[in-house]
Amino acid sequence: MQDLANIFIKSIFIDNMVFAYFLGMCSYLAVSKTVKTSVGLGLAVVFVLGITVPVNYLLENYVLKEGALTWLGDGFATVDLSFLSFILFIAVIASMVQLVEMIVEKFSPALYSSLGIFLPLIAVNCAILGASLFMQERAYATITEATVFGLGSGVGWFLAIVGIAAIREKIRYSNVPPALRGLGITFIITGLMGIAFMSFMGIKLEDSKKEVSTEKVVQIENNESEIN
Amino acid sequence: MSKDSLFSKKNLKLIKDPLDDNNPITVQVLGICSALAITVQLKPAVVMAVSVFFVMCIANVVVSLMRNMIPSRIRIIVQLVIIATLVILVDQVLKAFLYDVSKELSVFVGLIITNCIIMGRLEAFALANTPWKAFMDGVGNSLGYALPLVVVAFFRELLGSGTLFGYPVLENLGLYQLGYENNGMMILPPMALVTCGVYIWIQRMRNNKLVEQN
Repeated sequence: MQDLANIFIKSIFIDNMVFAYFLGMCSYLAVSKTVKTSVGLGLAVVFVLGITVPVNYLLENYVLKEGALTWLGDGFATVDLSFLSFILFIAVIASMVQLVEMIVEKFSPALYSSLGIFLPLIAVNCAILGASLFMQERAYATITEATVFGLGSGVGWFLAIVGIAAIREKIRYSNVPPALRGLGITFIITGLMGIAFMSFMGIKLEDSKKEVSTEKVVQIENNESEIN
Repeated sequence: MSKDSLFSKKNLKLIKDPLDDNNPITVQVLGICSALAITVQLKPAVVMAVSVFFVMCIANVVVSLMRNMIPSRIRIIVQLVIIATLVILVDQVLKAFLYDVSKELSVFVGLIITNCIIMGRLEAFALANTPWKAFMDGVGNSLGYALPLVVVAFFRELLGSGTLFGYPVLENLGLYQLGYENNGMMILPPMALVTCGVYIWIQRMRNNKLVEQN
C-alpha cells in the first residue's frame, strides 16, 4: 500500500510530466489560455492515462516482452517482440481514445460536450505515449502499480496546465515587453514553475524500490558541489 | 504546374520560410516536447535533429504519394502507422550504431511518433501537395526544427558543463584559472524552457511581425 502511495506522489510531483520531462508541452502551451478549457483537457488526460497505461502494461507483459509469450507454449519462450512496442502502443492509444470518445458520448453527453474537441486531440499528446514508454522502461511489478503511475502522471499534468492557465489569465494585466508577449513569457513562467517543482525532488520516500528519485537528488547534489 | 523548375523561387521559399518567419518551434509551436528534453548537450540534439529530418522527409513524401488513396476518415491512423514504421527504423539503427546516444535519448526517439511537427506538416501540407513540394517542405521544417534545438543545446552545454560535443572548450581556454565556474543550473530541465523563451524573445525583437497581442 505504501509503495502505491509512493508511486502516486512521485509521479505527480517529482517526475512531473511537464516540468521534469517536457511531455505534452504542445497542448500545454496551446490550450492554457483560460482555466476552464484547461480543466477540461486536464481531466480528459487523467482519464485516458488511467486507461491506456494498464492496457499497455498487459500488452507489454503478455505479448511484447522477451519470454512474455510463454503462455502460448514453450516454443514461444524466446520470442522478443519489443521492437514492435511503439507501433502497438500508439495503436492502443488511438483506438482507446476513439473508444472512450464513443462511450462518453453515449453515456454522458454532458461530459462529452464539455470535453469537446479535446478528446481526439489527446491521441497525439506526447504525455500519453510517454507514460506508456516510461511504464515499459521502469518495469512496474504489478498492474495496480502501473495504473497508479498512469493516474498520478495524469494528475501531475492536470496540476501543471491549470496552474499555468491561472497565471496566464492574470498576466494579461501586466506590461510584458512586446517581443516577449504570448509564447515567450509562457516559456519563462513554465521554467520558473519547474524550478519551484524541483524543490519536491528533495522528498525522501521510504523504501522506494525504484531509485529514480534518489538518482535525481544525487544529480542535484553533484551540481551543488560543483557550484560550491 | 509541372512546368515549375525543381528549384524555382516558390519551392525554395518552402525551405526558407520555416527557418525564421514560420519556424515550427517558435512560431507554429509544434514539437516542443522533444525539443526541450534533449538539449542538455549538443550531441543528442544533433542526433535528434537528424532523426527527425529523416522521418519527416520520408513520411511527407509517402503521404503525398498516397494522398489520393487515403480515405479522410482514417487518415490519422494511416499517418500514425507510416510515422511509427519510420521511427522503428530510426530506433533500430540508433541502437545498432550509436548505442550511448540512443540510451541518452531513451523514450524520446519513440516520442518522434507523437511529435506534432510531423503530424502537423502531414495534415497541413503533404495531404494537399505533390511529392516534390512535400519533400521540400519536409526539408525546410526539419531544418527549422533543428535550428533552435542546436542553438539552445549549444548554450546549455557551453554554460552548463563548459564543453562542446564533449570537448572541454573552456578548460582549454584557461577560464577556470581565472576563477570561472560552470553554471550547474543550466543542466537542469527548467533552464531549457528559459533559454528557449529568451531565444523566442530575441527572434521576435528582430522580426516585429511575429509579436503577439497579449
